[in-house]
Amino acid sequence: MVENSPRDNPVADVTSISCKSEVRDLSFYYGAFNALKNINMRLHEKQVTALIGPSGCGKSTFLRCFNRMHDLYPGNRYVGEIILHPDNVNILSRNVDPIEVRMRVSMVFQKPNPFPKSIYENVAYGLRVRGVRQRAVLDEKVEQALRDAALWDEVKDRLNQLAYNLSGGQQQRLCIARALATDPEILLFDEPTSALDPIATASIEELIADLKDKVTILIVTHNMQQAARVSDYTAYMYLGEVIEFDVTDTIFIKPKNKQTEDYITGRFG
Amino acid sequence: MRDEKNLNEIRAIIARHKLWDLIFVIIGVFVLMIAVLTFMALFSHMLIDGMPRLSWDFFSSFPSRRAGSAGILSAWVGTTLVMIVTAVAAVPMGIGAGIYLEEYASKNLITEIIEINVTNLAGVPSIIYGLLALSLFVHQLGFGQSILSAGLALALLILPVVIVATREAIRSIPVAIREGAYALGATKWQTVSDHLLPYSAAGILTGVIIGLARAIGETAPIITIGALTFIAFLPPSPFKTEFPFLSLEWLMAPFTVMPIQMFNWVSRPEEEFQANAAAAGLVLVVMTLTMNALAIYLRYRMRKNIKW
Amino acid sequence: MTVQPPTDTNSPGKLGYSYSRHVGERFIEATLFLMAFVSVAITLAIVVMLVKESVVFFEHVSLWDFLTDTQWTPLFDDAHYGILPLISGTVVSSAVALSVAIPMGTITAIYLSEFAPFAVREVAKPFLELLGGVPTVVYGYFALLFVTPLLQKIFPQLPGFSLLSAGLVMGIMIIPYVSSMAEDAMRAVPMHLREGSYAMGATRLQTAIRVVMPAAFSGIAAAYILGISRAVGETMVVAVAAGMQPNLTWNPMEPAATITAYIVQVSLGDLPHGSIGYQTIFAAGLTLLLLTLIFNIIGHMLRKRYREIY
Repeated sequence: MVENSPRDNPVADVTSISCKSEVRDLSFYYGAFNALKNINMRLHEKQVTALIGPSGCGKSTFLRCFNRMHDLYPGNRYVGEIILHPDNVNILSRNVDPIEVRMRVSMVFQKPNPFPKSIYENVAYGLRVRGVRQRAVLDEKVEQALRDAALWDEVKDRLNQLAYNLSGGQQQRLCIARALATDPEILLFDEPTSALDPIATASIEELIADLKDKVTILIVTHNMQQAARVSDYTAYMYLGEVIEFDVTDTIFIKPKNKQTEDYITGRFG
Repeated sequence: MRDEKNLNEIRAIIARHKLWDLIFVIIGVFVLMIAVLTFMALFSHMLIDGMPRLSWDFFSSFPSRRAGSAGILSAWVGTTLVMIVTAVAAVPMGIGAGIYLEEYASKNLITEIIEINVTNLAGVPSIIYGLLALSLFVHQLGFGQSILSAGLALALLILPVVIVATREAIRSIPVAIREGAYALGATKWQTVSDHLLPYSAAGILTGVIIGLARAIGETAPIITIGALTFIAFLPPSPFKTEFPFLSLEWLMAPFTVMPIQMFNWVSRPEEEFQANAAAAGLVLVVMTLTMNALAIYLRYRMRKNIKW
Repeated sequence: MTVQPPTDTNSPGKLGYSYSRHVGERFIEATLFLMAFVSVAITLAIVVMLVKESVVFFEHVSLWDFLTDTQWTPLFDDAHYGILPLISGTVVSSAVALSVAIPMGTITAIYLSEFAPFAVREVAKPFLELLGGVPTVVYGYFALLFVTPLLQKIFPQLPGFSLLSAGLVMGIMIIPYVSSMAEDAMRAVPMHLREGSYAMGATRLQTAIRVVMPAAFSGIAAAYILGISRAVGETMVVAVAAGMQPNLTWNPMEPAATITAYIVQVSLGDLPHGSIGYQTIFAAGLTLLLLTLIFNIIGHMLRKRYREIY
């Protein structure tokens, strides 16, 4: 087993945890450029999976396949499947509406990107685009999401203020609350702390650890320590390929692949 | 977690929202089509009415009481001369002001006043410039109802266009170019004249052409100055046979221009004159559209060629 | 500047300071400053000239009469100087124009910025620009000789000159101004805001209306204000197609003169410099400038209040 290439054994063997999503032979093209090459891996239900690797390795590109963000721009092409369980549907299929995918798979971006609206309206946005109008439902969901994002106490007295009045870390937690308000099944984080200071980063990391009781998390990070701290599983990517995917401890303590080891120990990257 | 009913509900909502997307696209295309159709109607109407009148005689005849023998000679000569005055006055002034605001001005109150002022000038109705020219150039400075007064009035009108185009063109040049020049010991003006101006020339030219195209079509300010609508003679020639071979007498001559000639013909009830108006309109539209198309083409080429 | 020995030091070869170089630079800077200052001088000249001529006018006509008299007949023997008829003409023609230009301009902007495929946008934008470049007198011709007869088929009682026909054509003429400025504002909204909205499962229209438009609000407001200024100050379309008779009416189906059309009418005649008739056009011009100024101030305030903050 030890000498096997990672592609033959893409999945860490933890049978007690059910599989939320399964990536099968995924390749991705920006026009003619092959950005992701034949990726196979799994997201485990209510676990945190981290994607690490040098910049330009395709981590964010991979992440953005999960909510079909690439559909927004012309010339992009997916090959292969990402299966979402328990429905057992391929979310990359042409028959699946990307909007429907995005209603089930939420995303938090690299830079906090609150809308130019009040704090309340930012969190309520996802519900509003789903056609929810009753004030009571909105109030309840907004409060719950803000509590889950550990932001409620800081903003409960100024819900009608513009979101831009918040600090960077608060804005990012607001974006997390916005993503949580719609009860997503998977939450994608695209380097969520790269624009934040160390204190705000710590609070986001803490939050991610708390959130995994509720939702399956996939996080891209350029920071290996962060991956080690927050994730249960880690995938090391290089040049559009998943080189090694395993339980985080294994990856960081005794990686099977030489390339992974070089990256982890800092000999490369 | 997600029962079938919930999922179906979401699907229904998405379907409804996507229907709105579709409806909006249809409306959007429809509105664009209205703009296209209006233009086609305008152009074809003028073409049908005016085409029979377009002949060499139309360009080489003076206006006349008889519609059939009237032409636009004095009008197009007048327009050309007025545009020369406008360009000579507005281009250096606008480029200079643009350079100052972009490269020299420090952040202070005067700069801010100038900037707000340039923005607001662009929103002042053109006829107000006509009133200014009537009071200032025609009467105060005694230029009379002349080509000079009209050219200067239009120069004031297009000044903001030239200033804004100059600023945008200069602003798009990366700081690295400036720093490169300064690092070699160039002074500010050397940096501007050796680097910034040549590199932004195409952008500035685009703005100048758009400004002049607008000036050619402007009618209101020139009417206000009191351009005559019936001019059966040409201004004195700028070229002389004896020394110094050039003469500026034409600057003070009474004149008419294309849009005024057209306005005069449109205002007449007789159908024959309206055919003349259509023909003059055709010439005018072709002139302004050619200039605008040239500007658009220049900008397109610029975007393609320059990659900082 | 070629290499010159430093002029301000006794020991050539050390670093020095060239005064001549700096005098030259200073001279250039001063010249450029004067050129920039011309724009302020123009504004001052406009204000001074309008006020000066209007002061003479208001020595003959009381401000009260000017604002309340319902007739504007300065050139008749029984002269009345009430600006209201000219204002009503201006307001009605502008209202017709804006009810066309603002919705259609906004829809065009949203469509081009958020929906249109690249190829459509590349063709439509220059085309709209060309549309904005057609001289206004040509639009006047179009309104009088094409749109009015067309409208008369629908409304047989419509007179040959009408605010409706002038306003409609003016509206179409203004669409490119509104749409290009509003579109620029929407395109300036950063992509990450749109992505945030799409990631929440929003459709294009929802993203456009709920996220992009609020984010671009100040720019869109500026586009509307520009459209209003254009409509209020537009001259040739109304002068040709709406008639030049002052008429206190709020009915777009009637002919009426706008402020601008009146100025044109007087300028076409031969009024002696300094006569009361000559001064009326400056009083009318001052009114027009104040009207546009009010809109510009509103626009400025909107922009300050809803500055882009993404």
